Amino acid sequence: MVEDGEIVTLIGSNGAGKSTTLRAVSGIIRPRAGQVTFRGKSIDRLPPHKIVQLGMSHVPEGRGIFHRMTVHENLLLGAYQRNDDLSGDLDRVYGLFPRLKERLGQPGGTLSGGEQQMLAIGRALMARPTLLLLDEPSMGLSPLLVETIFATIAQIRQQGSTVLLVEQNALMALEIADRAYVLESGVITLQGTGAELANNDAVRRSYLGEE
Amino acid sequence: MTVIFLTSAEFWADQLVNGLTTGSIYALIALGYTMVYGVLQLINFAHGEVFMIGSFAGYGVLVAMGGDDTSGAMIALALVLAMIAASAASMGTALAIERIAYRPLRNAPRLAPLISAIGVSVFLSHLVDDGFLTGRSKYYPSIFPDGALELGPLTISALQIFLMGSSLAMMGGLWWVIQRTKLGRGIRAVAESRDNASLMGIDVNRAIVVTFALGAIMAGVAGVLYGLFYSAIRGSMGFIPGVKAFTAAVLGGIGSVQGAVIGGYFLGLTETVGRELLNEIPGVSLPNQWKDVVAFSLLVLVLIFRPNGIFGQKETKRA
Repeated sequence: MVEDGEIVTLIGSNGAGKSTTLRAVSGIIRPRAGQVTFRGKSIDRLPPHKIVQLGMSHVPEGRGIFHRMTVHENLLLGAYQRNDDLSGDLDRVYGLFPRLKERLGQPGGTLSGGEQQMLAIGRALMARPTLLLLDEPSMGLSPLLVETIFATIAQIRQQGSTVLLVEQNALMALEIADRAYVLESGVITLQGTGAELANNDAVRRSYLGEE
Repeated sequence: MTVIFLTSAEFWADQLVNGLTTGSIYALIALGYTMVYGVLQLINFAHGEVFMIGSFAGYGVLVAMGGDDTSGAMIALALVLAMIAASAASMGTALAIERIAYRPLRNAPRLAPLISAIGVSVFLSHLVDDGFLTGRSKYYPSIFPDGALELGPLTISALQIFLMGSSLAMMGGLWWVIQRTKLGRGIRAVAESRDNASLMGIDVNRAIVVTFALGAIMAGVAGVLYGLFYSAIRGSMGFIPGVKAFTAAVLGGIGSVQGAVIGGYFLGLTETVGRELLNEIPGVSLPNQWKDVVAFSLLVLVLIFRPNGIFGQKETKRA
């Protein structure tokens, strides 16, 4: 359950089903049981491109950059469903990630991991999503870059998007999240506000690395 | 060491022009193989029959417009209409094949659609040969104006100029669609990753259908050019050019658009100029019938030393 304008995070260990949950939400796979509803509409029978049309953007695990296409083309692909003027949106993405502007003509595959993550998030924003799904945006990034990415996520929410964040870096995720769910073997075992879960003993032991 | 050519400059110029002529046809057909492979990792073995159907549609238009008696400005009109009809017929055939023989097998093991493709290929060529033509060939009306361009040792007939020119124009148009339009961007994205493309809001099925359509348009035009140049057409005509074009696509690196074009011309030149060059070696005498031996030996050699072709990317595992 994600409300308008919040950041909700889904935490859990490896193999708990976090990415699978996101893939089911965006329509890449079909849920075997349960329902996915978006703004009151059941979407679990819809193909992914129809779900994008409804206003959901998914930054997949591994970032999903098109390596043979340029940074600019990757950004344009993010806005595939739109037919209006994109210059304002491109400027907004360059504002969030000035690095991308320097690399516009370069193939996506030549970017560093951090730049690819910026491109993946920027590309998702090109669709002007009402809901942004982020899968492990901190994966493989230096601590400094992780800070930048999380600051950007907070900024994106301020600009009016809702964010569903899947993270292994539970500490960072709980810090910026309004609410959080803990997923274990595909089942939600705990839920609460970000602060509540950050102070929960079980969560601290299992996910925040405390004895 | 000096090589002494026993043959004249005119002879080599002829071989060059012949190589570029067949190369143009191979390149046009090869584009359909490489594009479909790009999005589906499927060798569309029925693509030679898509080319054949286009050739027959063009033949129908030319005959209906007056056949051998067509003259003057009507020739240009007839040729344009023949190409449009051929493209449309090829496209219809390719889309029907995709819908009936490939899409239901989209998630089956990769061998299944391949067998299905071979089945469609045999079905279509025999349907035309045994069902409609009862074994006889049809002959394209020879309406193209005579005349030739002479440039030093080079003699190019008007038909060859037309053939090479329209091939280049078609390939240029295709390149523009793939590189410069939103539709082309979508196709390239699907070729890199179907899942990630769908997350961009791209309708993957539609992109695949458009890919088949674009390849079929190229094959349809190639069918008309082939008929104008070689005259005789029949149901089985697509087999050899199809296999050759497939070879060209593999030579260039299957999945690569520029690779298919370069592979097509390369194969065309190898069959003619390459074969004659071998004939320059004392004691070697390879008549024209040996061109297929030369072409496919080349394929084997390329596959041994460069398995991904000249422009092929290494196959990467997807996350």
